[in-house]
Amino acid sequence: MTPGVEAVARRAREVVPADGVVDDPARLRTYECDGLAHYRVVPALVVIPEDADQLAAVVRACAEHRVPFVARGSGTGLSGGALPHAEGVLVVTSRMRAIRAVRRDDQRAVVEPGVINLDVTRAATPYGYYYAPDPSSQQICSIGGNVAENSGGAHCLKYGFTTNHVLAADFVTADGDRVRLGGGAPDSPGYDLLGAVVGSEGTLGIVTEVTVRLVRLPEEVRTLLVGFGSTDQAGAAVSAIIAAGVVPAAIEMMDELAIEAAEEAVHCGYPEGAGAVLVIELDGPAVEVEAEYAAVERLCRDNGAFEQRVATDPAERALIWKGRKSAFAAVGRISPDYIVQDGVIPRTALPQVLAAIAELSATSGVRVANVFHAGDGNLHPLVLFDEARPGEAEAAEEVSGAILDLCISHGGSITGEHGVGMDKAKFMPRMYDEADLDTMQLVRCAFDPQSIANPGKVFPTPRLCGEVPGRHKGAHPAQEAGLAEVF
Amino acid sequence: MTTVAVARPSTTAEVAEVLRDAAARGHTVVPTGRGTKLSWGMPVEPDVLVDLSGMDRVVDHQAGDLIVVAEAGARLADVQALVGGARQRLALDETVPGASIGGTIATNASGPQRLLAGTARDLLIGVTVVRADGVVAKAGGRVVKNVAGYDVGKLMVGSFGTLAVVTEAVFRLHPEPEARRWVSVEPDDLPDAVRAVVHSQAAPWAVEVDGGTLSVLLGGRTDGVDARARTIADLVGGDVSSTAPPWWGTCPWAEGETGLKITFLLSGLRDVLAAAADVGARVRGSAGSGVVHAAVADGVPDALARLREAAARHDGTVVVVDAPPEVKAAVDVWGPVPALDLMRRVKREFDPDHRLSPGRFVGGI
Repeated sequence: MTPGVEAVARRAREVVPADGVVDDPARLRTYECDGLAHYRVVPALVVIPEDADQLAAVVRACAEHRVPFVARGSGTGLSGGALPHAEGVLVVTSRMRAIRAVRRDDQRAVVEPGVINLDVTRAATPYGYYYAPDPSSQQICSIGGNVAENSGGAHCLKYGFTTNHVLAADFVTADGDRVRLGGGAPDSPGYDLLGAVVGSEGTLGIVTEVTVRLVRLPEEVRTLLVGFGSTDQAGAAVSAIIAAGVVPAAIEMMDELAIEAAEEAVHCGYPEGAGAVLVIELDGPAVEVEAEYAAVERLCRDNGAFEQRVATDPAERALIWKGRKSAFAAVGRISPDYIVQDGVIPRTALPQVLAAIAELSATSGVRVANVFHAGDGNLHPLVLFDEARPGEAEAAEEVSGAILDLCISHGGSITGEHGVGMDKAKFMPRMYDEADLDTMQLVRCAFDPQSIANPGKVFPTPRLCGEVPGRHKGAHPAQEAGLAEVF
Repeated sequence: MTTVAVARPSTTAEVAEVLRDAAARGHTVVPTGRGTKLSWGMPVEPDVLVDLSGMDRVVDHQAGDLIVVAEAGARLADVQALVGGARQRLALDETVPGASIGGTIATNASGPQRLLAGTARDLLIGVTVVRADGVVAKAGGRVVKNVAGYDVGKLMVGSFGTLAVVTEAVFRLHPEPEARRWVSVEPDDLPDAVRAVVHSQAAPWAVEVDGGTLSVLLGGRTDGVDARARTIADLVGGDVSSTAPPWWGTCPWAEGETGLKITFLLSGLRDVLAAAADVGARVRGSAGSGVVHAAVADGVPDALARLREAAARHDGTVVVVDAPPEVKAAVDVWGPVPALDLMRRVKREFDPDHRLSPGRFVGGI
């Protein structure tokens, strides 16, 4: 333990109950990774504060001693965003789990960062409301983590991402100061600092309370499971649905290999012999859903659907979603190891990109199962390998990276919802040039000039803060009236 | 009176040249799109006005991907006309006639569509900016779903030209509905009627008020929309129309009056409307979103103070949007702003010499 960490530990013991300050090596090791388990670093210290005062005191101590800190919610992130720092403090929010208020009349809930995503919806449902962002891990992931990652989910096609549903936050800066960002009402005056914090992956500070928007439960929900012979047919159906002006709550696609894995794992009973399935969910007023359903059903049939099933009650709906939501874990049934990739393409590039992925797979011999949020072009290729066989992990890594290059070359993104974290920092310069990254880091310098909040994540090369360009003053303005002529 | 130089660049590279030149000469700069909201915020007299009206191209429209790319000086109306050809829309309201893309971003101006689609902050997915030092940078991209790096675009939205000059923007689009219906009524109890509509499952697209009138927009498939309009009319009364009321999506103030933007938690609507009535303010706007505009003819300082008290009781704020210069000089235009120190730090990083729109924004930024 460095002297700095020792000093933070002393301060932490003054303010946080004894069992919330962890320096026992065996216990420290349980925090060595998040949901991306192949990166492992044992933190120097773990602190589990019970409230914002304790958390701010610990962060302030980190700032005073220039000790790096990493925030962690439930540790379900898939990009290593909550990977600890070996000479730093891991600040865990799992004891900050109070739902402070559910205000139906205001369509707001106020929660602590450790609150589980699904619990917000559970608390709001009796009032006829729910919390819309629904990452697949919603039964265990935390709101604080969702804020850090700007989490999406299957239903963000219609309802938007975390950033569209967070109105205000109590925030601890990297200096340990407490400030309020945004407000319960919309359009808080001033810069949209909260908009910058959401999705910043813990590199700007830590939220200690979050005010979220609640959305009215729809009158009707209808979920379709549609079988196609190929992903091309399924993709054409998605295009036709979008072109018809229908905005489903979700459109998810799985290819043959992903279906096979899901069948093996959860026996979801997807159509036999399907080369691709679509899970399409329509929600809203009953009359509207009825009209959209008729349109979607016809468009799927026109594009070669050989089987369509519709779920009208929660049990049937759960069965359809079971196959999709278990898809990542299910792949474990058909492959000992796999990489969950997360990339985005313009939706219309889907056929070309899928063909290119198939070709990558064929030439490398690496199997790829495809699961995606087809409505918004967010791909989750699952790249399969066996760690025990020499060379397979490297080959899989290569295919996985090549898929990201495909996304970039089609004008897409290296991550749609899992974040950059530790895993993809090296890909950032392929998507953004030096000036772009430098500009993003201006924000970092404003919030965290010492670079102690989750250092080493998101950006491949840190910017040294305080490098302000030369400040020269020119001639008097009145002399320059002719400037326009220059152009 | 100082002479203002006007630069009229036609490309991002030329904007960069203007800003590098201004930096070298120590000049202050105000960017403008179509000049329709230049009087918003605190008054600034810059050395150089960067007029982006020459950058008015709609660069790209990918209908299948529901995105549009436009230059900052493009008129919102021109963008709508183009994407409308594919039965799509950019879900931003032209609250001031002739508004540009850049100005809409800079002011985060919003109208009725915010209930369904949010504001520019929710629709902007990519942005090209020129920094105060003349460096050109991009953030975001051309896909709706993207969490790679910081969302610098959100910092630009509502920043009133104080952080960088936006030259190009990428937005997500929404499909045009088959039909629209408006249900309009003068209910006995306006706040109660608004609450009933907001909590209904008829999925209102907009819930607007103008004085004592409530107007609810529904959009979607023709059959569905008609049925939903009847549901709303059964709930609060009123007539169904397939055209918008004349005041729809416009600011309520006239030349010479003071225009305010009032925000509040929905449960505060009754209190806010009562306070507005007390001070003689005319109210219009997105009551179902907790954002209304108000027009005040005179006695602004007192009216503003009383409205701020009311809004603050409901976690909201009041900003003076537009007003005669002497009124702005006499009041606190922006009102109290939390996290101001952090905002100043952001400003210092982006524009350490306070070259861009100095003094126009909150806390003298």
